[in-house]
Amino acid sequence: MSKDTFKNTELIQASLKKRYARERRFQFYGMLAVLLGFAFLFILLFDIVSKGTPAFTQKELKIAVHLDPERLGVEATADAEQLQQANYNAVIKASLREMFPEVTSRSEKRRLYRMVSIGAEYHLRDRVVAEPSLIGQTHDLWLLAHSEAAGYLKGQISRDTPEVERKVKDVQMDWLDQLRDDGRTRSVFNTLFFLEGDSREPELAGIRAALQGSFFTLAVTFLLAFPVGVFSAVYLEEFAPRNRITDLIEININNLAAVPSIVFGLLGLAVFINFFELPRSAPLVGGIVLSLMTLPTIIITSRAAIQAVSPSIREAALGVGASKLQTVFHHVLPVAMPGILTGSIIGMAQALGESAPLLMIGMVAFIMDVPGGVTDPSTVLPVQIFLWADSPERGFTEKTSAAIMVLMGFLIVMNALAIYLRRRFEVK
Amino acid sequence: MTTADAKAYGAVPQEAVGLDVQDHVDVADYQTIGEPYVENAKMSARNVNVYYGEKQAIMDVSLDIGENEVLSMIGPSGCGKSTFLRSLNRMNDIIPICRVHGDIQLDGEDIYGSGQDTVLLRARVGMVFQKPNPFPKSIYENVAYGPRIHGLAHSKAEMDEIVETSLRRASLWEEVKDVLDQPGTGLSGGQQQRLCIARAIAVSPEVILMDEPCSALDPIATARIEELIDELKERFTIAIVTHSMQQAARVSQRTAYFHLGKLIEVGDTKQIFTMPRHELTENYITGRFG
Amino acid sequence: MQTSTVFLTLLALCVVSFFVGRHKSRLIGMAGGGLQSLHSLPTHYGYMAALWAGLPALLLFVVWLAVEGSVVRSLVIASLPAEVRAQGVDQLGLYYNQLVGHAVGNIEPASLDATQLAASAVYNEVMNYSRNLKMLLVCLVAIIGGMLAVMRVKPDLRARNHVESIFTWILFSCSFIAVLTTLGIVLSVLFEAIRFFQAISITDFLFGLQWSPQMAIRADQVGASGSFGFVPLLVGTLLISAVAMLIAVPVGLMSAIYLSEYASRRFRSITKPVLEILAGVPTVVYGFFAALTVAPFIRNLGESVGLSVASESALAAGLVMGIMIIPFVMSLSDDIISAVPDTMREASLGMGATMSETIRKVLLPAALPGIVGGILLAVSRAIGETMIVVMAAGLSAKLTINPLEAVTTITVQIVTLLVGDQEFDSPKTLAAFALGLVLFFVTLLLNVIALYVVRKYREQYE
Repeated sequence: MSKDTFKNTELIQASLKKRYARERRFQFYGMLAVLLGFAFLFILLFDIVSKGTPAFTQKELKIAVHLDPERLGVEATADAEQLQQANYNAVIKASLREMFPEVTSRSEKRRLYRMVSIGAEYHLRDRVVAEPSLIGQTHDLWLLAHSEAAGYLKGQISRDTPEVERKVKDVQMDWLDQLRDDGRTRSVFNTLFFLEGDSREPELAGIRAALQGSFFTLAVTFLLAFPVGVFSAVYLEEFAPRNRITDLIEININNLAAVPSIVFGLLGLAVFINFFELPRSAPLVGGIVLSLMTLPTIIITSRAAIQAVSPSIREAALGVGASKLQTVFHHVLPVAMPGILTGSIIGMAQALGESAPLLMIGMVAFIMDVPGGVTDPSTVLPVQIFLWADSPERGFTEKTSAAIMVLMGFLIVMNALAIYLRRRFEVK
Repeated sequence: MTTADAKAYGAVPQEAVGLDVQDHVDVADYQTIGEPYVENAKMSARNVNVYYGEKQAIMDVSLDIGENEVLSMIGPSGCGKSTFLRSLNRMNDIIPICRVHGDIQLDGEDIYGSGQDTVLLRARVGMVFQKPNPFPKSIYENVAYGPRIHGLAHSKAEMDEIVETSLRRASLWEEVKDVLDQPGTGLSGGQQQRLCIARAIAVSPEVILMDEPCSALDPIATARIEELIDELKERFTIAIVTHSMQQAARVSQRTAYFHLGKLIEVGDTKQIFTMPRHELTENYITGRFG
Repeated sequence: MQTSTVFLTLLALCVVSFFVGRHKSRLIGMAGGGLQSLHSLPTHYGYMAALWAGLPALLLFVVWLAVEGSVVRSLVIASLPAEVRAQGVDQLGLYYNQLVGHAVGNIEPASLDATQLAASAVYNEVMNYSRNLKMLLVCLVAIIGGMLAVMRVKPDLRARNHVESIFTWILFSCSFIAVLTTLGIVLSVLFEAIRFFQAISITDFLFGLQWSPQMAIRADQVGASGSFGFVPLLVGTLLISAVAMLIAVPVGLMSAIYLSEYASRRFRSITKPVLEILAGVPTVVYGFFAALTVAPFIRNLGESVGLSVASESALAAGLVMGIMIIPFVMSLSDDIISAVPDTMREASLGMGATMSETIRKVLLPAALPGIVGGILLAVSRAIGETMIVVMAAGLSAKLTINPLEAVTTITVQIVTLLVGDQEFDSPKTLAAFALGLVLFFVTLLLNVIALYVVRKYREQYE
């Protein structure tokens, strides 16, 4: 052993402890970063699920409703038209007063009425129209609670908060406690949430219109982006000559992939709405804008899938005299299809979650009606979430989170499908 | 397999893939012919077995490397010679699925022992790889890398001296002394490999392992490396894996022939190439397979 | 729907042409001594006939749809009495929209005057005429096209080559849409931005320190107010992006290093997809999270240590944006670190370097250009991100670099200026396009640089 190496060994040995400490520290930072990522994800999901879960149930109050013909303004013999127009609101209010006779002052009465949703009126109307013989009788009926009352019943509002800071006052809490003690409150699954459009009242608001809007928008996006994307990929991979125009196209696709989505919204506003005068707020325009936005994703993934097809398939087909076009459409595309579909699904998932460009083209309007076609004004699920998140009412917070859960559910299904396809594709 | 997956596995040397020694039971019970042990052993391996997952790549190899000698290891592809070389400085530790059994000693100390430290071991047993792999840094920084991480130089002057000495010993100094701040990747293949040798000797290792150091080089560059190896053996103990029998004959004192994970024959280089005692060795050196 | 009727008719005509073309080619082929006497397969003749029938008619149809609106409008307006036409452009537009609304059935007749009712009848009439004419012409063109093609069917007609060259053109047109999109973006923002800069000077915009578009509207004198200063927006955008990068770069980079160099394969195969969920979460969800959870949390935290934190602090928006970008930085760094050849690792480890020394002294320096490129891409993403800042950042354009205060960003202002009903010509609306122009070019520039750097880096190891 030379003198050099002996000295070195000692030097190295002396430094080892410090170096290993540094090594452990570095590894710890790495682990910490991964854990931090996990923590963020967990907090985000936990926050949304815990806020959103209550929205899947709604509270109902059992009220002894006296269907007084006088208050209704109709008799049991009235025809359907008249029954539709009857004053159910007055009946509900009177029934509430009867249940709580001690309430006399105007302001207290107003608070009393505010325990039942204004939607209860329509529910009662439908009930009576179906069964006019109810008129004149008193029945215990389950009526939809107002979102504030429901909030208290769900335990979201506490008495400990100073009264001025909350919408549900002490007296309302007393009434609700009394109803609860009498077994006059219950929770039911919130079907309205899935069947109704937007509403100003949190307890009546649903995601049906937004879901339908998302569906139409996505359908337009897919119908435009998929064929165009696949054709572009085929052209660029199989037919494009190496020249300036091809380079230009490739550069454009790569850059479009990184253009902020909101800029696509500006394009939609300026070109499709102002220039081509297509209808505002319509899934048609939304779909066109989103298809332009997802096009680069589809093109890039489809190209990768086409590239991955082994050249021997092409050679075999060309060798038996198939034309280039036949080779591509009969042999290459079917093999590349799982990869192309994976990319397209991921593109569609992006489009489903996208909201910024849709704000630009007016899909933020308050829309109660479920759209019937691609030119009807409508909104989409993410934008509905945005609108509800902006609403000051407390009841909308849980609706927002619930809508997010639905949206994320769709995204998870789409991504799972994409992963499944990719796995199957890779096995081949 | 994606590149990312390959990384997760660790880089399994090419020859380990598809290796299936188990099929050749006839070699498995085999006893090495020749003189595997020497008196002044720098490193000694006893009954070494190496596994990649389920597959056994090295079977019961016992071999000494003598002080200041050049030992060459030859054999057909997949014979396990590189795997054996890599287990001498525990480079196989990087590969998660690789396990090494048996006893390997450096100066009488078990290198797989619990008190052993890979950092120190690898500083004492350096390695030069098949493909020249200088870091994308300047020539100076390439050579200074080892001394720097190990804290061997206490001043700029000391570092300059280490760099110069190492480059001189790698007979590269005259060619690069004016371009020390140029990237090492800009040199020619042969120069790059000498730079890698300089980098390895900068930490004054006791043993240098060379894994086919000339396989990526042209004949002229190869000749220079071979000359260099001859000079280096004055200071270092060298184990070299090579594909070229001529190279083994030129540079080494002793030669070991590996076949399918077994050490078949080992002995004086001259004797191995002139009077092989085993049929497999003879077949190999006469070019019947390889 | 009328459009779909035309469309379906056209499709039917194409199908008919296909069959007629194929049939005729078969007849001719059989007469000429078997199908092999034809140059191409009968289906090719069919496709050719279908394409000839469909394409010109489709083109006509699209052009018709594009010009229909404006032609009808000018016809209807021409029928209006002179005094109505004498109104300003805006009033006339509103007037026209009302009568169209009535004609379509969206507006009750009660809110319209007699002239409008009459004009709306004219509108319906013209529209009807246009629809019928469109249907007629489209069908006519389709039939003529199909017939011409069928008439050309001869044994030596190279139908296959013909069809394929048309098809190649269709494929080309599809990929050219990307170019048209870029062109559309540039022209639409540029055009409106130029109109904006006619009202507000470019220097006022680029170097002005005050941004308050609302005031400009109220004062009704836009050019002089000088309240379209872009600097506070830029500073706000950069501030939030900087906070985001401070979260995303260390966490993303370190996770990538840990997962690629330290973690076991099993741990990695579970962890990576889980962390990538963060990338799939819609931005509106992050916005909600930032506005309703993170911002109040930071505010309370700040208050508890005696700091005054705005309820829409840049910190909250930036933090959440950072979380969103983590997987982006992670997968980019992962790709880039993986691209460093294994021989580098081996060389370093083989000399006795520890893993962290290898990473810090060899891998990261080698990967640096690529990582810088990746970070630039992430910055461009942060700058263009909209929903998080719309929901969690403020509206007031304060010129500050204190992350505890509320700032606004370019994207927030674009949304604020354009959401809701606005007249299209007001400088306030046009300002959004000027901001869009800046946003587009800034992100474009960042991307071009980043892609260039990354590509150079890759070439180094190829």
